Amino acid sequence: MTDEFLLSPDDVAEIVAILDATSYSIINISTGRFTLRVARDGEGWTQEWDWGDAKGMIAQPPLERVADTSSVEADEGAVTALIPGTFYRSPQPGAPPFVEIGTHVSADSVVGIVETMKLMNPVHAGITGVIDEILVEDAGSVEAGAVLMRIRGIEP
Amino acid sequence: MIRRLFIANRGEISLRIIRTARRLGMTTILGVSEADRYSLPAQLADEVALIGPAPSSKSYLSVAAVIAAARTAKADAIHPGYGFLSENVAFNRAAREVGITFVGPEPETLEAMGDKLMARRVAVEAGLPVVPGGEAATIEEVRARAQVTGYPLLLKAVSGGGGRGMKRVDRAEDLEAQMNLAAAEAQAAFDDPRVYVERFVARGRHVEVQILGDGVDAIHLGTRDCSIQRRFQKLVEEAPAPGIPDDKHQGLLDAAVLLARHLKYKGAGTVEFLVDADTFDFYFLEMNARIQVEHPVTEQITGIDLIEQQLLIADSQRLGITQANIDLKGHAIEVRINAEDWANGFRPCPGRISSARWPAGPTVRVDTHIAKSGVVPPNYDSLIGKLICSGTTREQALASLKRALDDIAIEGVETTVGLHRLIVNNARFQAGAVDTRFYEEINHG
Repeated sequence: MTDEFLLSPDDVAEIVAILDATSYSIINISTGRFTLRVARDGEGWTQEWDWGDAKGMIAQPPLERVADTSSVEADEGAVTALIPGTFYRSPQPGAPPFVEIGTHVSADSVVGIVETMKLMNPVHAGITGVIDEILVEDAGSVEAGAVLMRIRGIEP
Repeated sequence: MIRRLFIANRGEISLRIIRTARRLGMTTILGVSEADRYSLPAQLADEVALIGPAPSSKSYLSVAAVIAAARTAKADAIHPGYGFLSENVAFNRAAREVGITFVGPEPETLEAMGDKLMARRVAVEAGLPVVPGGEAATIEEVRARAQVTGYPLLLKAVSGGGGRGMKRVDRAEDLEAQMNLAAAEAQAAFDDPRVYVERFVARGRHVEVQILGDGVDAIHLGTRDCSIQRRFQKLVEEAPAPGIPDDKHQGLLDAAVLLARHLKYKGAGTVEFLVDADTFDFYFLEMNARIQVEHPVTEQITGIDLIEQQLLIADSQRLGITQANIDLKGHAIEVRINAEDWANGFRPCPGRISSARWPAGPTVRVDTHIAKSGVVPPNYDSLIGKLICSGTTREQALASLKRALDDIAIEGVETTVGLHRLIVNNARFQAGAVDTRFYEEINHG
């Protein structure tokens, strides 16, 4: 075990209890690993931790949250993932897929599921038409805005 | 004696376990997926072992991958945290088979309690009251059960917990669609699509009892009220459960201990009850054979470190505390801060945290793995931190919570902080003893 100094939530409570009885309003605690700033904020107190760029945290690829919907609107018939997650083609493993190439769908047909943070989000066709292309395999990881499949539109 | 503890989990609970294990002089090894290799818990663990790619089915839910990583790391014990493999019997057995101590109950106990049907049968054997309902594997069986329970009814994952795969069905015509969704979520979260159909008690409260058992003796550490839920996901938890008459409150505690003794329970566990909000009659729901997300509220009113107790019991020690030593003092309330856009249908909001100003105070505890530059990956649940406020009285705890919520500022992802501000300022919540419909009611005006 390393001898590294780890502050627990209870330690932070004790630090504030001590500060609260004084006229001090800010304390900065810096170690080789982190900076903790505890500050008075109105009647209460706040804590802010900074762990710097230890172990290459900065080197992580950026995580895009929301798709650029403008391009989605321009791409009529492209069915996209609205949020990042895992794409499933069927309601449960072993069950037949919601759609195959050639399946006729209407705008509110469910064509797949994107699981994000353990929640199942149904993916709707969006337009009436025929499934032309399926671009992501079952259980594949998808980013927000990823095109999952293409639908050839037909007039309802 | 446990010297090298492998932590088979992620997020705030992995950090929580690291803290106590290190205080007890153990070396901590954190198993991480590729998505979590730069997380704060990964930085703070003594050692890190990569268990697999980001999807939990290939990492945190893979028995083979986790056991292999723990063996390679020469761990002598595994703490499974909550969720993931914590109540997985095959995982529990696999650890024991390779000579690694599992920090949790015996596999036989998990079998009895992990399956809701058997849990119900065992609870009846032990003398606890239960709600009408039963298991169903097909839509025909679900329909047959629904004939008996009537509507509204609940569909639950047989292997579940934490509300995943749980659906409320109000009308017969919705049954099939909801059954499909429930089975899919149950499959994804627990690798078991079976569902359980149960009568829905209209004005019910969710009250649970924390217990500790050493295989011979068992004690309780008081109640928790977790009635504020959205779609069966707990939002707010408090200890003790407010506004329950003394005799019924004692009845809940006694029933939980009775079940723990009947099971010769070894470890920390939670016995969940449905309490009728009008009569205070109670029914056994299920037992969670693991540490729970909301365990800090119990720690705050007992002064007992539940992770420490788990580790001591796993080390085959007898309980070092007796019921007479348990002094339930004051009140504590926890709110779960999730990376969700609560104002827009609770849309999940994975992303990077640009700044995180958490509250602090003598009566404030924040359990979180999220600081500035922290990443919330899309692959796991959305919990980014728990804010726990305590006081000598419930009113004091509420005042502390209200102030603390005003001081939170998380930037970079949407969070449920705003929702909690709404709840803490709600007169009914302030008065105490709300039922499980509370969230739905404030949400619709």
